[in-house]
Amino acid sequence: ETFLNQLKIIIITMSYSAPGRTYSSCSVVQPNNSIKTSKYNFFTFLPLNLFEQFQRIANAYFLFLLILQLIPQISSLAWFTTVVPLVLVLAVSGVKDAIDDFNRHKSDKHVNNRPVQVLINGMLKEQKWMNVQVGDIIKLENNNFVTADLLLLSSSEPHSLTYIETAELDGETNLKVKQALTVTAELGEDLQKLTEFNGEVRCEAPNNKLDKFTGTLTLRGEKYALDNEKMLLRGCTIRNTEWCFGLVIYAGPDTKLMQNSGKTTFKRTSIDRLMNVLVLVIFAFLGLMCLILAIGNGIWEHDKGYYFQVYLPWAEGVNSASYSGFLMFWSYVIILNTVVPISLYVSVEIIRLGNSFYIDWDRKMYYPLNDTPAQARTTTLNEELGQIRYIFSDKTGTLTQNIMCFNKCSINGKSYGDVYDMSGQRIEINEKVDFSYNPLADPKFAFYDRSLVEAVRLNDVPAHRFFRLLSLCHTVMPEEKKEGNLVYQAQSPDEGALVTAARNFGFVFRARTPETITVVEMGETKIYKLLAILDFNNVRKRMSVIVRSPEGDLTLYCKGADTILYELLHPSCNSLKEETTEHLNEFAGEGLRTLVVAYKSLEEDYFQDWIRRHHEASTALEGREEKLSELYEEIEKDLMLLGATAIEDKLQDGVPQTIETLAKANIKIWVLTGDKQETAMNIGYSCNLLNDDMEDVFVIEGSTSDDVLNELRKKMKPDSFLDSDEINIQFEKSSKKQIIIPDEQANGVYGLVITGHSLAYALEGNLELELVRTACMCKVVICCRVTPLQKAQVVELVKKYKKAVTLAIGDGANDVSMIKTAHIGVGISGQEGMQAVLSSDFSFAQFRYLQRLLLVHGRWSYIRMCKFLKYFFYKNFAFTLVHFWYGFFSGFSAQTVYDEWFITLYNLVYTSLPVLGMSLFDQDVDDRWSMLFPQLYVPGQQNLYFNKVVFVKCMLQGIYSSLILFFIPYGAMYNTVRSDGKAIADYQSFALMAQTCLLIVVSVQIGLDTSYWTVVNQFFIWGSLSVYFAITFTMYSDGMYLIFTASFPFIGTARNTLSQPNVWLAIFLSIALCVLPVVGFRFLKAQLKPTPSDKVRRNYLIKPEILLSMAWARWGAALHRRGVGFLLSGVPQLAANSPDVQRGQELATAIVPSKKHRNPSGGGSVEPQALNTSLLH
Amino acid sequence: MEKKMKNKTSVATQEGDRCPDNSAFKQQRLPAWKPQLTIASVLSSFFLTGAFCLAVGVCLVLSANSVREIQIDYSDKCSDCSKLRENSSNWNKECHCSINFTLKEDILGDVFMYYGLQNFYQNHRRYMMSRSDAQLLGRNVNRSYCAPFSTYRNGTPMAPCGAIANSMFNDTIDLFYNGNSSVIQVPLLKTGNSWWTDKNVKFRNPKSHNLSSAFAGTAHPPYWQKPVYLLDEEDERNNGYVNDDFIVWMRVSAFATFRNLYRRLRRTRHFADGLPAGNYTFRISYNFPVTRFKGRKHVILSTVVWSGGSNPFLGIAYVVSGAAATLTGFVITGIHLKLRKKKTYFQKQ
Repeated sequence: ETFLNQLKIIIITMSYSAPGRTYSSCSVVQPNNSIKTSKYNFFTFLPLNLFEQFQRIANAYFLFLLILQLIPQISSLAWFTTVVPLVLVLAVSGVKDAIDDFNRHKSDKHVNNRPVQVLINGMLKEQKWMNVQVGDIIKLENNNFVTADLLLLSSSEPHSLTYIETAELDGETNLKVKQALTVTAELGEDLQKLTEFNGEVRCEAPNNKLDKFTGTLTLRGEKYALDNEKMLLRGCTIRNTEWCFGLVIYAGPDTKLMQNSGKTTFKRTSIDRLMNVLVLVIFAFLGLMCLILAIGNGIWEHDKGYYFQVYLPWAEGVNSASYSGFLMFWSYVIILNTVVPISLYVSVEIIRLGNSFYIDWDRKMYYPLNDTPAQARTTTLNEELGQIRYIFSDKTGTLTQNIMCFNKCSINGKSYGDVYDMSGQRIEINEKVDFSYNPLADPKFAFYDRSLVEAVRLNDVPAHRFFRLLSLCHTVMPEEKKEGNLVYQAQSPDEGALVTAARNFGFVFRARTPETITVVEMGETKIYKLLAILDFNNVRKRMSVIVRSPEGDLTLYCKGADTILYELLHPSCNSLKEETTEHLNEFAGEGLRTLVVAYKSLEEDYFQDWIRRHHEASTALEGREEKLSELYEEIEKDLMLLGATAIEDKLQDGVPQTIETLAKANIKIWVLTGDKQETAMNIGYSCNLLNDDMEDVFVIEGSTSDDVLNELRKKMKPDSFLDSDEINIQFEKSSKKQIIIPDEQANGVYGLVITGHSLAYALEGNLELELVRTACMCKVVICCRVTPLQKAQVVELVKKYKKAVTLAIGDGANDVSMIKTAHIGVGISGQEGMQAVLSSDFSFAQFRYLQRLLLVHGRWSYIRMCKFLKYFFYKNFAFTLVHFWYGFFSGFSAQTVYDEWFITLYNLVYTSLPVLGMSLFDQDVDDRWSMLFPQLYVPGQQNLYFNKVVFVKCMLQGIYSSLILFFIPYGAMYNTVRSDGKAIADYQSFALMAQTCLLIVVSVQIGLDTSYWTVVNQFFIWGSLSVYFAITFTMYSDGMYLIFTASFPFIGTARNTLSQPNVWLAIFLSIALCVLPVVGFRFLKAQLKPTPSDKVRRNYLIKPEILLSMAWARWGAALHRRGVGFLLSGVPQLAANSPDVQRGQELATAIVPSKKHRNPSGGGSVEPQALNTSLLH
Repeated sequence: MEKKMKNKTSVATQEGDRCPDNSAFKQQRLPAWKPQLTIASVLSSFFLTGAFCLAVGVCLVLSANSVREIQIDYSDKCSDCSKLRENSSNWNKECHCSINFTLKEDILGDVFMYYGLQNFYQNHRRYMMSRSDAQLLGRNVNRSYCAPFSTYRNGTPMAPCGAIANSMFNDTIDLFYNGNSSVIQVPLLKTGNSWWTDKNVKFRNPKSHNLSSAFAGTAHPPYWQKPVYLLDEEDERNNGYVNDDFIVWMRVSAFATFRNLYRRLRRTRHFADGLPAGNYTFRISYNFPVTRFKGRKHVILSTVVWSGGSNPFLGIAYVVSGAAATLTGFVITGIHLKLRKKKTYFQKQ
């Protein structure tokens, strides 16, 4: 019943008369193909946009204040003090929204009005996209965009193939091929036949799964299965295909493209969450202040105000002191509203945006080889980059280059690939095997073992079968633009490498149709009939093809992971299996990726039966996949082992150094890979994750890892089992959900390797706590053979039980879930398509840029954000609390200290730019230093620069400053007169003096906070001060008063007050008293309890020559490690610049192809480390 | 091999279209001044500030001490008057009192006479708002700002309106010098006591052929004894809204205790050098009631110096801050030396 509900039925009837086609569906309204991504129209913009904006708490709060201000009994500030900032903020966001929406309107209109040829009444007519309806048949031509989600009917290419590019849909640029059903392919270009075409399509309801489609086509009583292979999705582009016809299945908003849009989940940073908490705290604080003042007002009105009524009667309607106090509460809410600054959120967004641009602009994260700059795809997470504690990394394509080379193989128990000399010693030669006998060979392919070529040329049967398998069993698409110039389009680089290897050894995969594969075998062209493809997926971990050779033999060829395939082998292969296993271990030990290949001859009768059942299963609407996989398993057994392949995936440049640096920054790295354990561990060693200094590397591969984990913990931290152990006590006490596991120290450096199999158990139930506890005590964790889902689960686990910021980095579609789960997802734009990049927050081309992203950009962003928040809260507290103190001297009457214009402009004009300048330009130490001293990263991880304690400190500093800013002008003015005897203790002079003091004090404070004074900072700070004086003198001028009498009553105050020496003396004293304690405190703190940054800065100042010597030491180490190749590259710019040194290393690796990854660890790197530590103490 | 290398290097240095600009701004390499809190800068800021503050403080204290000031609280000295004024029905009864005092030394230089009020909340928000600047500019506008003193019940507008104007200080204080033979009235200036901007820009009488017709149709505020155009009948330019006493009052004080300039000594003849020593009498016409709200009234005679009046606060604050800054400077020096000693000690080890 539910199934029926989800069905969508399109009935295509003969319809000469009706212009469209009829369809029926369980969903009532069938949309046409017009899309609407815009949110507003001309009339709805204002109300809708305002409604949306007022859903933000800060804006709603200001609206509430505005309403309060409109109540005359309460209104304590002129309306413009709230309206001006509010309107400004609303206008900025509103204009941005309006521009965005206008552009969306434009693009909607553009897209909706694109022309397309629709078959109407037997004729092709040009129609606009928006008028296309479900059931229409449309014709697309080469390079056309696909109009809607179409069922491919026929095309110009043989076998009705259609090539598409899906870049707009999933970012992948390689061509994909779609093929129509044979029965519809017959329709061809015949308009008559197409018009008469009638049938019924049943398919699932619209959904957002791009890679899945299930449906059936009923045509003349026959049912045909429809799947994703026959669908052209909106967003794709037709390539290399002259024309094709398609039937519209989903249109407009129902298309998979539209179903996928607009559902992004927002990630928020920990500072965001903290900020929300703090805003609530500030609200409470505001309430408390207002309450105190309201009570004060009640008492005052009772004691004094009541008697003062001679001169000042109570306001209308006020008949008691307590009622007056009640009103005053709200008046003070209005006045003190500036403790919750409206511009906070806007400024935070601007700062994050600016810091994201720096990432985009960084040349040191630009990869010239494929012209890829780094990209901040999410602009709201920057400061979190400075707080990472766990990195979850994919291996293939992330740590390695994902450029696969066929390196070794084992055929029928004989291993090929290494060259041995007479005495059986392995020797390294750089002379490539000559493939010139094969005109179709790929010249870039390199192989060093001559014996394999000889075997092939001598018609060794297993060798031929081996390469035949490699040339047949894959999903690669060949492209032959010129005769003999073959290019393979492979979705996975492994497959490409294998097919290329087969090609060079004389089994050239030349062409493919849906039903045939053309192979040139040792110069002889053979056409194999392709009967079935048993496709690869993450559960099966294997793929097979069933082909009929020209001679008529039926064979199943299978390749896949050894663990899976070994279970499916025929018992007769047992001895071969042992030999091959030995080879496999050898290969894996060298860090190579291995696959096992096998074949099986099929009997005709059995196969016919199987293919019939296969057809049934593949047209089933329900449980199609389960049925198919059952069938696959049935036929893929009793296979004959052929051998194994080993593919080399080279390590990316700079990976070991990057990992070393990140480890020094106290970041823990977990590698999550689908590779097998040996491969993973080897990569672990070669990129410095695991090394011989480690006490032990544990491997968990049991099906109950409980015992293993317990054993591990016994070794790493024996007392963690005692009841007295703090964490155990904590476990006892708290419910499982809220447990945060604190960091524990193991009694040594350990590594942990866990397989996916064991991980599945460990992720269940109570064991996950044990796992997290144990794993987090280890320095390195490698999870191998994990599925994409498990990757995400591991990340989720750490997120849940560790209060730590996590980062996931990967390059392939299998990393997407992990990238989305982690606090920050980084995509490597490499060989495996763009899916990881599209779902990531940051992307770049090489793993080594990660250290710059974190240690430089992340650290700066974090420090800037923290400095910004500290200063912002400080300046608003200092600003607002002066009113609080004045309340005690003005009868708690909600009289403001400052001119109302000053209140309006303070946050918007006078103090906004200097702090923005600081948060966009500040650098406590420069990038080289942050890379040289990864320890500088640690405070961010521990959240030291901005937390609740720091906030309280800001608050206290703000309170102190406000006291000074109130009482110094008060004392200086009390009962005093000017030097010409005239009055100066009047309200207006006092206001001007207090606000001038405040502004200069906060400007000096920002100057003190700024550690990197660029021209812009100078300009902003001095400019803001000048603007303050300019605006003040203008507003207090005669002209302004005569024109706007009611708004500018402060006429002449500036001239009369600021000409007095004692006013300036008071201002100077306030500054000295506000700033000097801060200077002293900071200096003493840096002396007595220095942060790592203080230490570095101190040395930075005193001993510049140390930097030079350190760089030399590092360079020397690099030289040592990399060998002579480094010299060849002739790096001229080794001027104490580590990124440059790195660049040199890049070159060096490019030149000297290192055959072995595993470096002698440690070595030269000890020296800079020692220097490093000596510098820090 | 070599060829390959060349190839690689050239590729590596090649920049594609998407390569970011190599500008100092984009690469965050803008030249910058990187100030640091070094021991030298910290100590010099503390000691320099300390020295400066001490010096200025001493100057301020000395000059404040050189100010001669006589302050007399007369709110109770005319006890009959204050009782009389407590009952508002006696508003039109005149009440005078005299207060004698003796100057033992001459007060040389300019002498200013102030009235001081205590506990009078001129800085109360509703009080401060209750005025119409437009009216005081001589414009005929609605007086909604002036509540609750804007119009009488019969609709006659008040001129000037508002609580501030209504509560204007209206005692008159005259000073007499009791010479050996006769009593001489000390000549006092009643103009030139307000800011130039107030007198000439902020306050203007409505335009008309004479002042009384300019205020026709309005009535004086309830607490006033005479209309605004009779504030100073002798001087046209000190009458109406531009009356100095009125202007001074309208510049409301920031605090509940304040003094306003009332008169200046006119230095002629006998008083050319200031006030000579001798006996003096204040003759006060006591109109302004303060007892209801426990206020106090003072009359003050004072000289001024460069830093203003006799307020000692700034001087003392400077001396204290200067001393504190210097002391802190020494403390920081001590800590620094101790730390450095410790460090070198460890280094030697």
